[in-house]
Amino acid sequence: MTLSEGPTTVPLLSVRGLTKLFGSFAACNAIDLDIAPGEIHALLGENGAGKSTLVKMLFGVLQPSAGQILWQGAPVTIASPGEARQLGIGMVFQHFSLFEALTVAENIALSLDPKISLARISDEAASLSKAYGLPLDPKAHVADLSVGERQRIEIVRALLQNPRLIILDEPTSVLTPQEADRLFETLFKLKAEGRSVLYISHRLEEVRRICDRATVLRHGKVTGACDPKQETPASLARMMVGSDVAEVHRDNAAALGDIRIEVSNLSVPARTPFAVSLKNVAMKVRAGEVLAIAGVAGNGQGELFDALSGEYPVAADEAIRIRGKAVGRTGINGRRLLGAGFVPEERHGHAAVSAMVLSDNLLLARSQSDKKAFLSGGAFSVIRFDAIRSATRRICEAMDVRKSGEDPQAGSLSGGNLQKFIVGRELDRQPSVLVVNQPTWGVDAGAASRIRQALIDLAKSGSAVVVISQDLDEIFEVATNIAVISEGRLSEPHPAGTLTLERIGLLMGGIHESHSNPEAAHAH
Amino acid sequence: MFEAILLTVITASTPLVLAALGELVTERSGVLNLGVEGMMIMGAACAFVAAQLTGSPYIGLLAGILGGGVFSLLFGLLTLTLVANQVATGLALTILGLGLSGQIGEAFVGQPGIKLQPIVFPLLSDIPFFGRVLFAQDLTFYLSVVLVIGINWFLFRSRTGLKLRAIGDNHASAHALGINVIRTRYLAVMFGGACAGLAGAQLSLVYTPQWVENMSAGRGWIALALVVFASWRPWRVLAGGYLFGAVGIGQLHAQILAQNLGIVIPSQFLSALPYAATIVVLIIISHNRRTTLINTPASLGKPFVPDR
Repeated sequence: MTLSEGPTTVPLLSVRGLTKLFGSFAACNAIDLDIAPGEIHALLGENGAGKSTLVKMLFGVLQPSAGQILWQGAPVTIASPGEARQLGIGMVFQHFSLFEALTVAENIALSLDPKISLARISDEAASLSKAYGLPLDPKAHVADLSVGERQRIEIVRALLQNPRLIILDEPTSVLTPQEADRLFETLFKLKAEGRSVLYISHRLEEVRRICDRATVLRHGKVTGACDPKQETPASLARMMVGSDVAEVHRDNAAALGDIRIEVSNLSVPARTPFAVSLKNVAMKVRAGEVLAIAGVAGNGQGELFDALSGEYPVAADEAIRIRGKAVGRTGINGRRLLGAGFVPEERHGHAAVSAMVLSDNLLLARSQSDKKAFLSGGAFSVIRFDAIRSATRRICEAMDVRKSGEDPQAGSLSGGNLQKFIVGRELDRQPSVLVVNQPTWGVDAGAASRIRQALIDLAKSGSAVVVISQDLDEIFEVATNIAVISEGRLSEPHPAGTLTLERIGLLMGGIHESHSNPEAAHAH
Repeated sequence: MFEAILLTVITASTPLVLAALGELVTERSGVLNLGVEGMMIMGAACAFVAAQLTGSPYIGLLAGILGGGVFSLLFGLLTLTLVANQVATGLALTILGLGLSGQIGEAFVGQPGIKLQPIVFPLLSDIPFFGRVLFAQDLTFYLSVVLVIGINWFLFRSRTGLKLRAIGDNHASAHALGINVIRTRYLAVMFGGACAGLAGAQLSLVYTPQWVENMSAGRGWIALALVVFASWRPWRVLAGGYLFGAVGIGQLHAQILAQNLGIVIPSQFLSALPYAATIVVLIIISHNRRTTLINTPASLGKPFVPDR
């Protein structure tokens, strides 16, 4: 640092050689990072690159194994989140650290000086949320709020402590494009006030749009520091992934065949107070078609998947037809026997049993639909280990699943590889209908492009594919038609080519064609 | 006659209310301690022995509170520090408490006990109908009412109570906010133990002032059910406690009445009534899933291990 740069260039926060070991695995390895006052600094990286570990250390949730943190040039130890807040660091977590059973004001009060009364916190939160354009009702129970509103609580909570540095962990992954725009405006206001923002993301476009500088992590190491505005998304992606990511190819729309899955008049009441009820859902998916269902998390995606897969059969048998047969009351195996395949959202504990090996996981999913291939001995149902092992091998080869050993535990695979296996497990059957929920959530870019390509190829070979996703890039990459789910209602499908990001955003925010009055969106 | 029945209902209900209040605080912090029965009987034994040895029922009361509290510390050590399974440890605590209290009280079986005398408020106790019922009771009754008000204020008005509820709702987030999860849970477990001990002391110093093995007779289990019944709210614990107490006393009177009228009802059927009522009420309560879910501590029974 030279004198001519003046005193303002002392970084607000510096990190030198910061390392975090979990056993012998280095989640963060000798990381250097400088955040200047009044800048929006991006921390870019794939899932598992060490971003979350790094910021947890900055916020005192985790303790570094080695290295140093400097605050305004002076070395500090951040032993707890409380100490981080005292320094002037605020944090908005990716998985919200909110208490569902408490009210907004109570949630905020928990992280503030206990001497301030709850009434004053309510007032301050209300005025602050107004000043930054983040409307909030302090008396509402968190359980009743949308994901976007929950994030506002986190931001207001961080702002109430008047922080110098605000860390946001993947803030837009749960927002509609419009909500994200509002968040960016808030961030620019903060920047104008001289506060710094550490912005964690793997979305390259928004990083290029709002960030002044970027530090890129890969496998726990810094692989680049740059001005994102000078880079292309491709060059940023290369720094993140370490190699070029295969582009997903789609041929011109093939002719669509017969209707494979048809939903009409599907209404399902909410199973729990926190669930969403499905209201009059209707859709048709033809052979050769990929119907992508977009929507902000928590708008009924999980409930729709449960109804389609038969995990929770619905009361009206006629509401769901697979290949023309009414299956509303049929369970998951009955639907599989009709040639349908299903990939649920959570990899661990839902789509796969982490503690079981891959071949066991294969058998669990397909023991009924592939009874002849995998079981013998009639009523005794003796497992044919040779058959399931060779099928496992076939799936791993087809989907390029990287694993240690011949048949490892599902839990030992990385998220991307396990997801490839789970999708491959269904593709291996050549299902005539495939329903996938969040196929590439939390998966690295390489695996994601592989999975998307496989979905497109499946449709091309004459199957009907339903992809439920929150990732709009993914939706545009794979979809023939796009429908949007919002508060348990599914919009009409639109051909992918006719939709813009804006239009989807409006649909995601709950504005339906039938009542396009913009006031309607704010009325609820 | 009516006043006499009310008095016995209060005496029968107070230990249920006291034990359930303690367990409510423990469970609000996210810890499920099924050892209420064990802590209660330990409190009863300690209270009786201490009162016999010193001649003071108040020292007995204190010994009961201490006995329950120290005994619950064992549960805390096993489940919070050593992260043992809460359900299994709670059951073990009950079995251990029943056995250990038998040992402690062995030499005192059959001895006439010292009864905790009522504290009579002059003037107030002269109010007709409920004066004697409400203002001429022993200390444990007054404590139970004070505790209901105090715990309600603590949980829903004080900042420490807010932290306790936050830990019970989501211990990982509470930890991330810098709240000391383990320490708070230790305190909540010990408070629960102390309350159960106090309830036990009421049994051996007020309800039946003598020492009989297993004299808690399943009241700890009813207290546990009462917490769920009350959907983790102190005032509902008070109401529920009196409902269960009244059913218990009611069945005694019903037995006598039936005998006098010459109707043959198996006595087992009538003594099973409180437990049958517990099941019925729980079914009705669990019907309203929203209230239950909003009030149920979401991390109840889940062990907490901070990742450091």
